[in-house]
Amino acid sequence: MTISRNARLILAALLGVGLAFIYVPLTVVVINSFNSSRTFSWPPSELTTKWWAKAIENTGVREALKWSILAGLSATAIALLLGTALAFAVSRYDFFGREVISLLVVLPISLPGVVTGIALNNAFTKQLGMSTGLLTVVIGHATFCIVVVYNNAVARLRRMGTSLQEASMDLGANGITTFRLITLPNMASALFAGGLLAFGLSFDEIVVTTFTAGPGIQTLPIWIYNNLFRPNQAPIVNVVAATLVFLSIVPIYLSQRLSSDSSTGGRF
Amino acid sequence: MSGSTIVSIRSLKRSFGDVRAVDGIDLDITEGEFLTLLGPSGSGKTTVLRMIAGFEKPDSGTITLAGKDVSQLPPYERDVNTVFQDYALFPHMDVLANIEYGLRVKGFAKQECRSRALTALKQIRLEGYENRKPAQLSGGQRQRVALARALVNQPAVLLLDEPLGALDLKLREQMQIELKALQREVGITFVFVTHDQEEALSMSDRIAVFNHGKIEQIGTPREIYENPKSEFVSEFVGQTNRIEYDGKKINIRPEFVTISRASSTGGRSVQGTLRDAIFVGASTRYLFDTSIGFPMISTQSNNQLKVGDVVTLSWQEEKEFLVQQ
Repeated sequence: MTISRNARLILAALLGVGLAFIYVPLTVVVINSFNSSRTFSWPPSELTTKWWAKAIENTGVREALKWSILAGLSATAIALLLGTALAFAVSRYDFFGREVISLLVVLPISLPGVVTGIALNNAFTKQLGMSTGLLTVVIGHATFCIVVVYNNAVARLRRMGTSLQEASMDLGANGITTFRLITLPNMASALFAGGLLAFGLSFDEIVVTTFTAGPGIQTLPIWIYNNLFRPNQAPIVNVVAATLVFLSIVPIYLSQRLSSDSSTGGRF
Repeated sequence: MSGSTIVSIRSLKRSFGDVRAVDGIDLDITEGEFLTLLGPSGSGKTTVLRMIAGFEKPDSGTITLAGKDVSQLPPYERDVNTVFQDYALFPHMDVLANIEYGLRVKGFAKQECRSRALTALKQIRLEGYENRKPAQLSGGQRQRVALARALVNQPAVLLLDEPLGALDLKLREQMQIELKALQREVGITFVFVTHDQEEALSMSDRIAVFNHGKIEQIGTPREIYENPKSEFVSEFVGQTNRIEYDGKKINIRPEFVTISRASSTGGRSVQGTLRDAIFVGASTRYLFDTSIGFPMISTQSNNQLKVGDVVTLSWQEEKEFLVQQ
């Protein structure tokens, strides 16, 4: 496509504005985490790592990090199991209501978090009589983590086709052996990418977490929210926020690389 | 044809929705033969192959392999192996691991897997390629690895699903010769699916011609070509001049129609005006309008004819054949 010089300049400017809109505030947060001034005078007169040291010593932050990782890993594990199983059911077998189930699996990611949160909170505390805690957070997160694993697995299964499995069975391997030696190794990179994305989603989730966590558990995003307006905690909040930014970038970057690798590497 | 029956198929049927893909087939496959299932796409030949392999279950009918009814057994309990159209090599394993796979999952000792795989590798002349991944091989090499991966198991029957379709013409012709030689060497029964009639004629001991889920005719390449039993077979295998002569419907292959400049000498002859000449390399296909109203083709070595030339076309009566309408 050829575009005129003026159009190109306008598009470049728009792109710049769009990217700035997203990344300037994030950059400010990261820089402020090194700003020696407690009131974040701008531009920073002096840079320091003392807030980082303080944050690492802060027991509230450590606790929150622990809960976040625990919830993220558990939700990811559940998502990997159920998401893969669902992907197999939907893409390998033809049954009544298959399309509906496919839609129902994907739906939670587009549902407003508030709705999911209230519904889960209601179900857990009123209908099931459970008290909110880590388990309820994990289940809540798993509802949308399943989606990304499922989507990745379905896409990979579709591209793999059925002939590899047929070839394996033809050569004498039963269903389980075929899954272990052929199907799983060829899905591994897709599942890993899905798992990373799922962990990333869980790690910075706040809305569903608010409704399912109850008083005993603070994940990192909730800790930030609770400490945001306490003046003496503000520098540490910046540090935690900066950490979250880095921790979210890594899984997204890796999973994108894995997905693009496999789109050229898995041609047959 | 000597040898005993290795595969016996009786009243085999299979439908997909409303489509009767395989519509009642009886077929006996002789041990050690090279049998080709030939037909246009959608004629049911591949479905028959997939039912012998066990990837599809028949709606009704039986498949007996070496005296045992295998119709309901899963693929991994049948002593047959398949060479797939897209090869279906395992992309995450190297060439050696691919070839060893069948022996490995059947529980053979590591040492035996290795030595049998290396022998197979030698057989397909790919020594030195053990550690390549399938993606690093050419189409022809992948084809040979797929062949070795199947043959290393020494199956009772080897099933080949259009295995040469993805190769270019030159390579395909070379592989046809290699495949045939390999089959003679190992002595395993080959069941070969193709829609390419030349491939079928040049490689097979016998050909089964499929149409609409049924076998129209089965016989040696010569029988199929020289004595086709139906209009479909005569059209699908080679070209046919279908004309009315002396009030009789007859068929005559283009290569038996000779061209001469002399006027009619009696016998079977008509007058033809050259409409077009199609050069096909070693020979030329001459297309005539004839005095009896039917267009006729004569395939001859290259001739000095010009469009519009009037000549005599003649043939011997015994080369004619009749078919069921």
